[in-house]
Amino acid sequence: MKETIEVDIKVPNQTRYLGLIGKIGEDVARTLRKFKGDREELAYQINTVLTEAMANAIIHANEHDPDKEVHVKIQIRDQELCIYVYDQGQGFDISLPPKRNRLTGNLDEHGRGIFIIHSLMDRVSYAPCSNGHVLEMIKKLK
Amino acid sequence: MVIQVDDKGDVVLIEVKEERLDAHNSGELKARMLALFEEDKNNILIDLNDVRFVDSSGLGALVSGFKNASSRNGVLKLCGLQPQVKSMFELTRLHRVFEIYSDAQEALGSF
Repeated sequence: MKETIEVDIKVPNQTRYLGLIGKIGEDVARTLRKFKGDREELAYQINTVLTEAMANAIIHANEHDPDKEVHVKIQIRDQELCIYVYDQGQGFDISLPPKRNRLTGNLDEHGRGIFIIHSLMDRVSYAPCSNGHVLEMIKKLK
Repeated sequence: MVIQVDDKGDVVLIEVKEERLDAHNSGELKARMLALFEEDKNNILIDLNDVRFVDSSGLGALVSGFKNASSRNGVLKLCGLQPQVKSMFELTRLHRVFEIYSDAQEALGSF
């Protein structure tokens, strides 16, 4: 039997909605009957990447503009979990910092969000779309 | 953000009474710590027992407090990390930066 789920949400450009979207992502992960791994760990990872991606969209791409919104799409198809976070901004840099700057002793206050997303997901890309940019994050569910 | 702040002798205990420490509320924690540093209270223990989710902004606020305490010859320590919160410290290698204790009593005895 095919297990296809799609959740489509739009929220105002405010960080107060981070918890709501993270919770929805956790609940979607918990419904995956075919997933053989640790479902609670997956739920926490989805909450984390959604929070990081949305915070980047709200703060860096949409620059806290209250007239903008963030659009999130979560899809389960075949053996993949796909998350799309659409912003309405000029984009931001998602490239990873050099490896030596990511290891022990790094006391920068910023810059861990993108590293966390890359660490928890299998494929990450960021590209222009009709009204801004979309961050695509894919995780294999095998 | 709900934070309980208590003087414990030379140490200030900050209990974060929130389920999430993220980009929405971590700025408040950072501001509360800066206010303590301005009062010359530079030894801080943060109890994260109620926190079950932390993101990079929450981690950044704790790093900010750690750096400020260290630069004032104080120290910032952590206790009460839930397993999934601890996993974020491990992923970002910050578990090697902070002194982390299982509970407040043990942590307070270490200052």
